[in-house]
Amino acid sequence: MTHHLSFRGVTVAAEPGQSVAAALIAAGITDWRTTGKGGRPRGLFCGIGVCFDCLITVDGIPDQRACLVAAADGMRLGDAEPGADVEPGADFEEAGRTGGEDVARA
Amino acid sequence: MSHVHDVAVVGAGPAGLAAAVEAAEAGLGVLLIDTAGQPGGQYWRHYDRIHARPEDRIGHHDWPVFTRLRTRLDELAAEGRIRYLPGHQVWLITRDAEGAFTLRVTAATSTSATAGRRSGDADPTTLAAHALILCAGGYDRQLPVPGWDLPGVLTAGGAQALLKGHRTPAGQRAVVAGTGPFLLPVATGLARAGVRVAAVIEANATVGWLRSPAGAVSAPGKGVEALRYAASMLRHRIPYRTRTVIREVLGDGRVEAVRVARVDGDGRPTGPDEEIAVDLVALGWGFTPSLELPLMLGAETAQDTDGSLVVAVDDSQRSSVDGLYVAGEATGVGGATLAVQEGRLSALAVAADRGHPADPARTRRLRAAVRRARRFAAAMHRTYPLPRAWPDWLTETTLVCRCEEVPYADLRRAHHDLGAEDARTLKMLARPGMGWCQGRVCGLATAGIAAWLGGRETGVDDLRPLATRSLAVPVPLGELAALAEETTPAEALDEGGRNGD
Repeated sequence: MTHHLSFRGVTVAAEPGQSVAAALIAAGITDWRTTGKGGRPRGLFCGIGVCFDCLITVDGIPDQRACLVAAADGMRLGDAEPGADVEPGADFEEAGRTGGEDVARA
Repeated sequence: MSHVHDVAVVGAGPAGLAAAVEAAEAGLGVLLIDTAGQPGGQYWRHYDRIHARPEDRIGHHDWPVFTRLRTRLDELAAEGRIRYLPGHQVWLITRDAEGAFTLRVTAATSTSATAGRRSGDADPTTLAAHALILCAGGYDRQLPVPGWDLPGVLTAGGAQALLKGHRTPAGQRAVVAGTGPFLLPVATGLARAGVRVAAVIEANATVGWLRSPAGAVSAPGKGVEALRYAASMLRHRIPYRTRTVIREVLGDGRVEAVRVARVDGDGRPTGPDEEIAVDLVALGWGFTPSLELPLMLGAETAQDTDGSLVVAVDDSQRSSVDGLYVAGEATGVGGATLAVQEGRLSALAVAADRGHPADPARTRRLRAAVRRARRFAAAMHRTYPLPRAWPDWLTETTLVCRCEEVPYADLRRAHHDLGAEDARTLKMLARPGMGWCQGRVCGLATAGIAAWLGGRETGVDDLRPLATRSLAVPVPLGELAALAEETTPAEALDEGGRNGD
């Protein structure tokens, strides 16, 4: 059975077992967020959970790695702009997750 | 604290799988933690087992070695001798007064919190073990190049993972670029999936390891493997362009082309630029070992033949930290066969150190195999070095750090105007390596730039500040808060990163 996900009003099909990133790329979508400073488009880079370039909001939960999240039927992707308006750790309340450096500084 | 396991193995790739199975078979109670939802690591990354088709196996090496290990893992887990926890990452390791390790874990994704959980269990956040075998593997090593942050540029391993793990080709027309033998399976894998591979762009001169006596003699079978790739390149009509690098990735909002040029032995351009139209660029410069956990515990490091920072281990895979064993890429990039042998060896050492002596003949055989494979790896590293003059490729606006969007100009300014001589100061002043990935992607480049600007070769002192992290992965605030309830974060972080920053 093919899964159907939504991304910015577009329906994206996924085979069971594919990641969210794979489903988006297979649908011809190569970027799904913009960077905080330069407004640069970003999508998949390392593909294995290391680089955090592919962050996406999944069912309202921000900053999920699209390369690691398995696509599921009815999933809503990218309703917010993850990582676009906050620096990791710059504001704990907003950022939600935080990297080591900023914790060490805090 | 609940149950203290005899040994915790972190990572379920070739080294970790072998270590976990071997340790359990030696009579130890094993905890196996892995980020991925299923075992295999990057080398044996494969399509979701539940939905797999027979053809998903094509292109996999040593697959029977994996399936044998996986079968044993399944059996040992069913018998309760291995507690397997997929979909989780270790973000902090501390030690108590008795020397037991405490591992803080977090679900890798919002949907993986239930992975490996027995019914009725809460999601585990804190686990304990008397000994640790760290087998965190590695990931593609990257050098920045103008335009490398455009969508459509992937790591070589990323392009392959998307194919092997998700049946998805990342584009229609590709170049695979960087250096090393890994570019070949990535290129032929893409071609098999219907991607037109315009070229493999190899910075170094030849597939010289075929001619390297040390390599060929010490690793029988590797020559055959290389010939098979060569035949496959020929069959798919993929040009292999040596002594060539990508000078710039071009495109408006996504990749449209690359500009390539011939280079000399140091990586300095010698020929005219040439443009190749592509929508996918796969970049790989060898591999970077994942060192955050061993560094967090203060393990001694060394620099390997390929220039990477690695954990120093003895001939039983013991690190400088009592009770901490390391196997696989973290002790030096050397591939899956070596990783499996090191994994087994580390498990036998833990078992022996915990009163379950191993068959000495078996240990001797494994040690000999590891030594042989290390010689081969060193020959490969010498054949595919990073071009010495790679920072010459950078322009003022080239992003070095993708997360914090730090251009090369900022690093040069920090060096020239603010006197940042070393990598640590460069990082503090210009902020490369301070974003989400914590320097995993740009760490090597930042260390290399610090050394380049300072007119020296990249050394351990350049690499170590960029590889040390006080938390191994970004974690939800709730988990940090829970930690704070038991102890103050400052104390925990101080303890966790005692030999780090």
